[in-house]
Amino acid sequence: MAAGVAAWLPFARAAAIGWMPVANLPMPVAPTNKNKRQDELIILNVSGRRFQTWRNTLDRYPDTLLGSSEKEFFFNEETREYFFDRDPDSFRSILNFYRTGKLHYPRYECISAYDEELAFFGIIPEIISDCCYEEYKDRKRENTERLMDDLEDNKDNKPPNMTFRETMWRAFENPHTSTMALVFYYVTGFFIAISVITNVVETVPCGTTPNQRDIPCGERYTEAFFCMDTACVMIFTVEYLMRLFAAPSRYRFMRSVMSIIDVVAILPYYIGLVMTNNEDVSGAFVTLRVFRVFRIFKFSRHSQGLRILGYTLKSCASELGFLLFSLTMAIIIFATVMFYAEKGSSSSKFTSIPASFWYTIVTMTTLGYGDMVPKTIAGKIFGSICSLSGVLVIALPVPVIVSNFSRIYHQNQRADKRRAQKVQKARLARMRISKAGSSTAFLHSKRNGLNQSLELTGSLEEDQQLKKTTSLLESQHHHLLHCLEKTTNHEFVDERLYEQGYLQTALQNFPSQSPSLSSEEGVTGTCCSRRTKKNIQALNATHTHSHTHNLQELSALHIHCGEQQPLNTSRSSLNLMSDESGSLNCKSSGLVTTAIISIPTPPSNNSRANPDAPPPPNPDAPPRPNPGSDVVKISAL
Amino acid sequence: MGAVVGTLTMQTRQRPSRARDKVDDELEMTMVSHRPEGLEQLEAQTNFTKQELQVLYRGFKNECPSGVVNEETFKHIYAQFFPHGDASTYAHYLFNAFDTRNNGSIKFEDFVMGLSTLLRGTVRDKLEWTFHLYDINRDGFINREEMTEIVRAIYDMMGKYTYPALKGDVPKQHVDTFFEKMDKNKDGVVTLEEFVIACQEDENMMRSMQLFENVM
Repeated sequence: MAAGVAAWLPFARAAAIGWMPVANLPMPVAPTNKNKRQDELIILNVSGRRFQTWRNTLDRYPDTLLGSSEKEFFFNEETREYFFDRDPDSFRSILNFYRTGKLHYPRYECISAYDEELAFFGIIPEIISDCCYEEYKDRKRENTERLMDDLEDNKDNKPPNMTFRETMWRAFENPHTSTMALVFYYVTGFFIAISVITNVVETVPCGTTPNQRDIPCGERYTEAFFCMDTACVMIFTVEYLMRLFAAPSRYRFMRSVMSIIDVVAILPYYIGLVMTNNEDVSGAFVTLRVFRVFRIFKFSRHSQGLRILGYTLKSCASELGFLLFSLTMAIIIFATVMFYAEKGSSSSKFTSIPASFWYTIVTMTTLGYGDMVPKTIAGKIFGSICSLSGVLVIALPVPVIVSNFSRIYHQNQRADKRRAQKVQKARLARMRISKAGSSTAFLHSKRNGLNQSLELTGSLEEDQQLKKTTSLLESQHHHLLHCLEKTTNHEFVDERLYEQGYLQTALQNFPSQSPSLSSEEGVTGTCCSRRTKKNIQALNATHTHSHTHNLQELSALHIHCGEQQPLNTSRSSLNLMSDESGSLNCKSSGLVTTAIISIPTPPSNNSRANPDAPPPPNPDAPPRPNPGSDVVKISAL
Repeated sequence: MGAVVGTLTMQTRQRPSRARDKVDDELEMTMVSHRPEGLEQLEAQTNFTKQELQVLYRGFKNECPSGVVNEETFKHIYAQFFPHGDASTYAHYLFNAFDTRNNGSIKFEDFVMGLSTLLRGTVRDKLEWTFHLYDINRDGFINREEMTEIVRAIYDMMGKYTYPALKGDVPKQHVDTFFEKMDKNKDGVVTLEEFVIACQEDENMMRSMQLFENVM
């Protein structure tokens, strides 16, 4: 329940009078405001700035510093005010939270300072309202990233006991960590360059032989080039093997892109070594040499920009793919049109539609080689349309790639989307939690049997126990919900227990006693034992004037018990451990279900509830060592 | 040519002004606010003390700064107290009960009068108020359909997850019980007198009515 509407609770409770004529059961007793003092203004002095508010406003959230008795530690007797030595600017937001029920995060505020203030005043940041929550989360994330970056920078200080393998890997990954690594880095770079240049120069014609043909340098200085190639490949192989040895996860290393490039770069040489001078496969051998150009990709280890480019292309692959698809469509359309337009003319180069593809591509990219030109008028018209539309279509992919590149360069959008999705999911989760929060609070208090003690005109001690755990506002709200339950004769339950309840009602409809006794006893026996425990203690405390109350409840109950669980009365008498008659057991139909709900609660809940509930002057109650946990064990089928 | 351009521009100029009128209208509506009569007058008309009126007004103004509650806001506020189920139907009937002048909005005076009856009124007043709540069409009689509506609205507030699970005919049983108790001459409707007499005979109900005395 939002604190903003706390002021309307009296109205909601007054409106509950409308349920009274409809209800068949008597209503539970209302929680009374024992210390009914007039609402007073309290002064909160935060570093000299005085804030004033009603005491009731602060009491809305009893689990924070200001709402609980913790603030008494800050009470200043002489000035009769609460003094906090904290930042007054941040305190504004915190006090507004009490007033409106919404916690806002001001943009000018530093995130860590704000977090500290919230922690001091006992407010969890998750309740920041939607309008400010994303801003808060963004700032928080930036802050943690900054902290992590700081941590990583400190990581360069070499930790003392690294194995040789780890040192090597570190040297490979961050060349500037040691001189040796730097040397290695530059040497490999040099050899990559040498290898690429050799491949290029190999094909340059240098010098002529007596038989008038230019031969490429590769064939003229075969040995020299072969030595160069061998040297390069040896260096690359050694490097690859060293990386493989040093890698922390060899399998992952072998799967990575860089290692595949390395392998592809050196493999042709070895394959060439194996199949020498075999004329049949020399064609294939020549093809393999093409792969040597992949050595140029090894430069990407040396250049950050190249890596970003590769990553960009990878990340906008879908956009490029779509673009390719639309281009293909356009090409096919125009090629078809040109083919049929040029079909009539003689000696037309447009021999088939695939042959027209070349013309379309060249025209659309505004290259215009001129090797194929349309001759008919229709062909020329369509050709001009083709080139005009080509300009448009080609202009499309460029901004995509550019924007992607800049995006990735500045902490790309895909990570943001993922973060936004998480934020969205978290936001939905929070809304669900806050909505379910008040309902679970009611169910929670039911489990603890707090509402049960409201059944009777409670003794003083019980009321005090009440006060300890819930605020007056909460208890009044729960009383209201309890009245609704009584009016309709149904109970609020948890979702999952609702499904369980379905199964249990199916079980309990069986009239047979003995076979189902053991299994159902677990269910109803527990409830009855728990009920009777409370009944015994409570009744012993307020014996006399709840008696008549009981009988009336009994009469009301028998009607209800009769239609649903005729076995309850008999079975519960099995569990009675006192001399009280059967009039004790079915206190009200509500209690049956209350206890059933309490079964799955962890023993910690029960153990917490039990010390609270028993009122002190009760020596007659049979000492039960925490039947709650016993109950749980029985029913833990 | 100039005439054509002229007519075209005239058309475009008219459209923004029309849009502006609509925006102005909306602005006016949201600016409407209502201030209640003086504190002394209200104190005289109701059974509340000054402090209680102050507290009530503060809460009222917090949620409805414009000074009037319309049905949407009313439903929203009431629904916050019943997160399990759907409180809007019952809130609708409540709204009609509070809105004595039937103009679709509740001012602070109406609110306080209603509360005064409910919290500080005589038993007869409370019963009359409840009768008017149930009598949806204000014809002086409660018939089965009206009662079924009310009971269904109450059950709606429970929501889906209840124990025992809500079956379809439970409201009907409730209505039957009610009519058995209230309808003395068995003519199918309950008049105000029958209602008051039957309620006064029921001790449980009398006690429950006193339950909310200490709400303020």
